[in-house]
Amino acid sequence: MTNSALFRVVSAFVVGLIFSFGLIVSQMIDPLKVLNFLDIFGNWDPSLALVLISAIIVTLIGYKLVLSRQTPIFEDLFRVPGSSEIDLKLLVGAALFGIGWGLIGLCPGPALAGIGLVIPQIFLFVVAVIIGINAYRIVLNWGQKL
Amino acid sequence: MTEFTPISALIGGGLIGLAAVLLMLLNGRIAGISGILGGLLRFDKGEFGWRAAFIAGLIVGPVVYMRMTGTQISITTPEPGWAVILAGLIVGVGTQIGNGCTSGHGVCGIARLSGRSIAATVTFLLTGVLTVTFVRHGLGGLA
Repeated sequence: MTNSALFRVVSAFVVGLIFSFGLIVSQMIDPLKVLNFLDIFGNWDPSLALVLISAIIVTLIGYKLVLSRQTPIFEDLFRVPGSSEIDLKLLVGAALFGIGWGLIGLCPGPALAGIGLVIPQIFLFVVAVIIGINAYRIVLNWGQKL
Repeated sequence: MTEFTPISALIGGGLIGLAAVLLMLLNGRIAGISGILGGLLRFDKGEFGWRAAFIAGLIVGPVVYMRMTGTQISITTPEPGWAVILAGLIVGVGTQIGNGCTSGHGVCGIARLSGRSIAATVTFLLTGVLTVTFVRHGLGGLA
């Protein structure tokens, strides 16, 4: 393993930790907090709106500074999505995602962090997400062969 | 019922943003959890290591946090089991069709002012609200 490959792995681990701390401190790791944020017609808890806004502002300013560099520190180039087309596929996928998210209040980040709390239901959710990801890929591969 | 917690929300969100910025500065990558998890399962050469390390950091986060602060993290266990599995499947498929989730579209994408991510985020917030409204106020809960 070269030095930069090692640095990439170590830095990704530390960044994963910081991300996890963010989910914990903001309580986004708690599915009930998420459900109460989405329940705007009930006892609405707007906290997660502030989580999103705060994360977006920090990222917006940080990206502006970082992306003015030629390259990242441990990599040769920045990989930023190039596509800008808003198509039906994007909206259908996002709509499905929101339904699953609203059903029990979990999305991939908080669920992965929740594994660290050793709660069987959270583990079950992550397994289902992984099955869902692969099921879609298998169907997609079939479609391309037809 | 949960309390409105503006200060911890702003600090926690700031940490999430900091993580997203650091991943771009150091590794040149978008901090989209579903993208990283989905990529991990493809075992791409040269990409597996950092993805696995990021997910590992995410998972051990609560243990490290509790050690460091001496506090407990208590969350509500999602129930019932069938809904947990169904929700996981829908979330997994949805992130692949829509190329992202709360972190990739909601934080990183909006911060890049991507029209795609703004459209995706508005859409999943809308269907999320509709789902919670239907389940809680229409069905009276899941059981």
